[in-house]
Amino acid sequence: MSILAVTDLTIQIGAARPVDGISFDIAPGECFALLGESGCGKSMTALGIMRLLPAAALVAGGAVAFEGDDLLALPESGMRDVRGGGIGMIFQEPATSLNPVLTVGRQIVEALELHAGLRGDAARARAGELLDQVGIPDPLRRLDEYPFQLSGGLRQRVMIAIALAGAPRLLIADEPTTALDVTIQAQVLDLLDDLRREQRMALLLITHDLGVVARMADRVGVMYAGQLVEVAPRRAFFAHPGHPYSVRLFAALPEAERRGGRLATIPGSVPAADVRHEGCRFVARCSEVMPVCRTVPPPWREVESDQPGQRVRCFLPGAAPVVAPTVGAGDTALAAASKPLLEVTDLQVHFPIRRGILQRVVGAVRAVDGVSLQLMPGRTLALVGESGCGKTTAGKAMLQLLRPTAGSVLLDGAELTTRSTAELRPLRAKMQMVFQDPFASLNPRLRIGDIIAEGMQALGTLGSGSDRAARVGILMEQVGLRADMVSRYPHEFSGGQRQRIAIARALAVNPQLLICDEPTSALDVSVQAQILNLLSDLQGELKLAYLFITHNIAVVDYLAHAVAVMYLGRVVERGSADEVLRHARHPYTQALLAAVPRVDGARSEVPKLAGDMPSPANPPAGCHFHPRCPLADEACRRSYPVETLFGATHAVRCIKA
Amino acid sequence: MLAYILRRLLYAIPILIGVNLFTFGLFFVVNTPDDMARMQLGVKRVTPEAIQKWKAERGYDKPLVWNAAAAGSGALTDTIFFSKSVRMFVGDFGRADDGRDIAREIGDRMGPSLAIALPTFVLGLFVAISFALLLVFFRATTLDFAGVVLCVAMMSISGLFYIIGGQWLVSKVWHLVPISGYSGGLDAAKFLILPVIIGVIGGIGSSARWYRTIFLEEITRDYVRTARAKGLPERVVLFRHVLRNALIPILTGVVVVIPTLFMGSLLTESFFGVPGLGSYTIDAINAQDFAVVRSMVFIGSVLYIFGLLLTDVSYTLADPRVRLQ
Amino acid sequence: MTAFAIQPVALWSDALLFVLISVIVALTLWARRQGALREAWARVAKNGVAMAAATVLAVFVLIGLLDSLHYRARLEAPPGATARYAVEVNSALDALLSELRLRAETTYSAPLATHLFAREALENSTQREFPRLRYGGAHLGDNLSGHALDIAVRVSRGLAGGVVAWILLMLLARRMKVGAGAPCVPGTPLRGQAMAIRAVTITLLPILLLFGVAISLGGGYHVFGTDKVGQDVLYLSLKAIRTGLLIGTLTTLVMLPAALLLGILAGYVGGWVDDLIQYVYTTLSSIPGVLLIAAAVLMMQVVIDTHPDWFATSAERADARLLALCLILGMTSWTGVARLLRGETLKLRELEFVQAAQAFGVGSFAIMRRHILPNLMHIVLISLVMDFSGLVLAEAVLSYVGVGVDPTTISFGTMINTARMELAREPMVWWSLLAAFSFMFALVLAANLFADAVRDAFDPRSSA
Repeated sequence: MSILAVTDLTIQIGAARPVDGISFDIAPGECFALLGESGCGKSMTALGIMRLLPAAALVAGGAVAFEGDDLLALPESGMRDVRGGGIGMIFQEPATSLNPVLTVGRQIVEALELHAGLRGDAARARAGELLDQVGIPDPLRRLDEYPFQLSGGLRQRVMIAIALAGAPRLLIADEPTTALDVTIQAQVLDLLDDLRREQRMALLLITHDLGVVARMADRVGVMYAGQLVEVAPRRAFFAHPGHPYSVRLFAALPEAERRGGRLATIPGSVPAADVRHEGCRFVARCSEVMPVCRTVPPPWREVESDQPGQRVRCFLPGAAPVVAPTVGAGDTALAAASKPLLEVTDLQVHFPIRRGILQRVVGAVRAVDGVSLQLMPGRTLALVGESGCGKTTAGKAMLQLLRPTAGSVLLDGAELTTRSTAELRPLRAKMQMVFQDPFASLNPRLRIGDIIAEGMQALGTLGSGSDRAARVGILMEQVGLRADMVSRYPHEFSGGQRQRIAIARALAVNPQLLICDEPTSALDVSVQAQILNLLSDLQGELKLAYLFITHNIAVVDYLAHAVAVMYLGRVVERGSADEVLRHARHPYTQALLAAVPRVDGARSEVPKLAGDMPSPANPPAGCHFHPRCPLADEACRRSYPVETLFGATHAVRCIKA
Repeated sequence: MLAYILRRLLYAIPILIGVNLFTFGLFFVVNTPDDMARMQLGVKRVTPEAIQKWKAERGYDKPLVWNAAAAGSGALTDTIFFSKSVRMFVGDFGRADDGRDIAREIGDRMGPSLAIALPTFVLGLFVAISFALLLVFFRATTLDFAGVVLCVAMMSISGLFYIIGGQWLVSKVWHLVPISGYSGGLDAAKFLILPVIIGVIGGIGSSARWYRTIFLEEITRDYVRTARAKGLPERVVLFRHVLRNALIPILTGVVVVIPTLFMGSLLTESFFGVPGLGSYTIDAINAQDFAVVRSMVFIGSVLYIFGLLLTDVSYTLADPRVRLQ
Repeated sequence: MTAFAIQPVALWSDALLFVLISVIVALTLWARRQGALREAWARVAKNGVAMAAATVLAVFVLIGLLDSLHYRARLEAPPGATARYAVEVNSALDALLSELRLRAETTYSAPLATHLFAREALENSTQREFPRLRYGGAHLGDNLSGHALDIAVRVSRGLAGGVVAWILLMLLARRMKVGAGAPCVPGTPLRGQAMAIRAVTITLLPILLLFGVAISLGGGYHVFGTDKVGQDVLYLSLKAIRTGLLIGTLTTLVMLPAALLLGILAGYVGGWVDDLIQYVYTTLSSIPGVLLIAAAVLMMQVVIDTHPDWFATSAERADARLLALCLILGMTSWTGVARLLRGETLKLRELEFVQAAQAFGVGSFAIMRRHILPNLMHIVLISLVMDFSGLVLAEAVLSYVGVGVDPTTISFGTMINTARMELAREPMVWWSLLAAFSFMFALVLAANLFADAVRDAFDPRSSA
């Protein structure tokens, strides 16, 4: 007997059908994961179940049965009892999902009044218990705080506490950890898992992350273009994915074994939601297309294997053929050059804090507080850290987009920090940047051709207009775009294509160093693979050096030659990729690596990190990491550790290493 | 928070000085007192003596900013700038053309102005917010659409029409209340009721529409979805969650005008014959009484700057993010 | 030297108006190339209400433009003598409406009346009677029994004329469309276009009907009566349109350069430049608007009155006053736009495409021109259309207060101002007021509806 049964759910927005005939069910206490890339309709499905769709969207058909009641037929008042009472829900953005002007306690009590019939002190006491249950320290004090006083991880715990207030039998979690750092994600996933077991609560987990699915789910449903294409038990799904789309999702994952090789990508892009489909929705991007795929929608088919319950919507007999990931050649031989292209020594960026009536400077946010690193020509250095550790600020300070407070940045032997804006200009051709957000990094009012030519124009590297046009054409083809797209505007391109344009813009001035600031974090896995392939091709062709700023350990593992790990404005460990990722010595690095949910489902023995990263305005005394460190002792509290060298390149700032 | 308010208070000082300098420049530098005299006396009666007399009557016969003839500090103080502009900081506005003390006149006339402006403001705010909430509650229905159309139509009608039409209908056709006039005490009610109602109706279109936009913007936020996912009824979502948050942008627009309520309304007061500051100003403009206009500009600015301060304070009270940082 | 029948006169406001129109045309051409802007306009075009409002606005603008082609007529002179031109400056609209303009009565008369509104002592008589109008209903002669019938006939003739004109216009439009070979493929953009055309045609019908009736009745009567000095109120209302349009648009135009420059500078450069600009606009905006305008207008009057030699004709003086009023209104309203632009620039400055340009060493000025300014144009457009209706309404209030346009300039404000003197009269002289308010209402309502559609289409927040 299932607790939730969704049958043929269809949701319409105008002519588009973002959800088109979804059916699945969830047993009591089960965790069912809806997996899919952005725009596949997974969040819309969840909102449809809760009848919380935006005004423009409406349920066009199907049925949703919760504990036997048809939710779509309930009157609004009945539905309100189900919301929060029968089904709880938590959302992706803890920063915006809580009411900013009400205290945490008020927001929990509100749900208790409604669903538990508690009032006054009893409600408040229960709210405190709930906060305690979701692992918030000092819960009674937190009740009187406002959401903005809490960190992202704590806010998500409050969201969970609110959802738990009505003792729901089903919790819908819509990308609950996507906005959180990986160490915080690990905490929240553990919490959800524990709650589910303790309370025998079913969980509908919506995510795009295969690692999260492997960590959490009992069963998986893969969505593509508004439909489920595969439903399978977790073990079966990860052992042998059945649908060609699922197979390619796995093949697109960057991993250490694929280093130096190419990732499998899914050609093309997801069809728009208002396209009418004749046959299979994946047909345009599938490598195993048969004539029947184009004309007839594929039926559900049981995959024969040792585990029952794996079903795919595909004509292919048996499981889809495995896409052989090209096993990489591993590291190419170390570049012969002995002189580093980029040498950063003790870089500091401090932002003053002003207080009081006269706005005197009373302190500083030490965003970057002494970063030193070296990057060899033609190599990739990954600067890894969680949000707020100062990695982006450090990257911008190296480019002199932000002027550093202190320290030295040598590019090809030339000191950058002491140069004026005008003196820097000739050096700007040597170093360029690719930004995180493909939608904010291109001026919407300029044509693609003008965007790419901007650098050449500003630096005067190519004189006449026709030379420039020819060069733009070459660049566009180099990054995999058609040269005839020059006169289009950015809004006509997808996220991945925009990132290609941004790369072409940077390449236009023939840089030797490219600082890539999370260039793939806004992209789906399949598109990320395309961009990573492109970057790795370009490095081979042009001998580019990359400073790759990221929080994504898998990407680091796939492409970095050297890695530097940042914590609270400082590099705590650096060395070759193998040294840092396989033989990590700093407890923070170890915890960071352990927190990444792995696709093979393996759990690490390293203990999870507790708490949050402290504020860079007020870093802890001694080693910045000691409040969260399992190994910390008195000595750690006293002074910041000096760098200890293990081998020629492996440096760690920890006295316990 | 106290430091924040103190800082805002300090920031008000240079602005006040700026306003003072600006009015001085506008009234005495753009046109010299001679020009003003010539204009007021009329072309026929202009003689050097008449101009001199006109200036002497008003104290405009001094140098602008530096009196080389005076001794000691008099070089600075015995000037138009000091006597006419700097003295305004201590509430000395000089005399109007009819010889009365402007500061006193202002004190006397604030009461009647406030008697109309305050009820209009409070009632208008209440009616507009309620109407906007009603439209938002029935959003995307025919009622909402009709309400918005009504708002746009109402804000397209000139304020003069509301007054003239209202006076004609209520006083002339229905003979319900006197057409204009004013008296103190409880008697004032019969004179006030019509201007207040007209003021409320005249303002409802634009403000209700503005509040509706704010509510609608707030209603798309994620926390509203959270509130609904808890199972809260729409009424509670609207009043407890949306209204509280929407109050913050509404406060910025609304609190700032509270002190300027003292200034009254030019149109209403002149049409209804209310002896407030609005009609005082309009009379001064028509009589080209520069001293009064100058004083009103300065007072208006002082009240507005005070309103900005009040806004900051109310902001810190309404928004915990500001209050607790 | 050949003497022409007319001597064109370009008043400063005419020149600025045509500058404004060329700016709008240039911006439109620029926007056509901008995909996102073109889409936004397409959204406006799909909005039936907006297109209807735009049609009404276009009619008003047409009248305003006709009224902006000024000339001085040549005086009758013996052949061979050097041509001399009249002191009076007239416009193309005056020429079109010369019948209305020249057929002045002596004082008030009600709409469509045949007699004056007040009794007067007639010559050769001791009794006070309602004198016959000189022009209103003059064609009826002494037989007034046909008055009502005549009006009915004229109304139906006018309606018929309107319908015929409408049908002719439709046929013409259809021919042009077929001639242009517009493909009739069903699709979303064309469906939007068809919606827009339908809205325009539906709106044109009542407009043409009103025109027909007005022309037909206006031939024999004063449709909206006459004012105190006997001028035709319909003529005054039509003339007032230009004043309203000018104040609504030129005000924003004259303040835009300053608002753009200061807003962008404050937002992009920051530091003490930002502090200074913020100080200036906080100071200016802390003076209550009406008072600032009143003070500035009083001072302007002094300047104009003390320099009568600056202006050749009274039309020029009135025009200068109108422009000065626009300037003063602009002075009080630029602060709001500058603040908006500063805020938006602050956001844009942090965007990655600006940082990408900085990474190429592109200069600050080039970044402001190339990356900031084009991304602010939607705010400029929105504030232009949103301010328009408020300014038209403000003109009426200011003229009423006595700090508006020159009393000789015909505007809605001056019409109301002269009419309110007669409010106490029994029975009331209502037609001047009603005509002014109706025209103003139509103009402002159309502007408001259009502005709403423009804002919805261009504001990225509202489309989300």
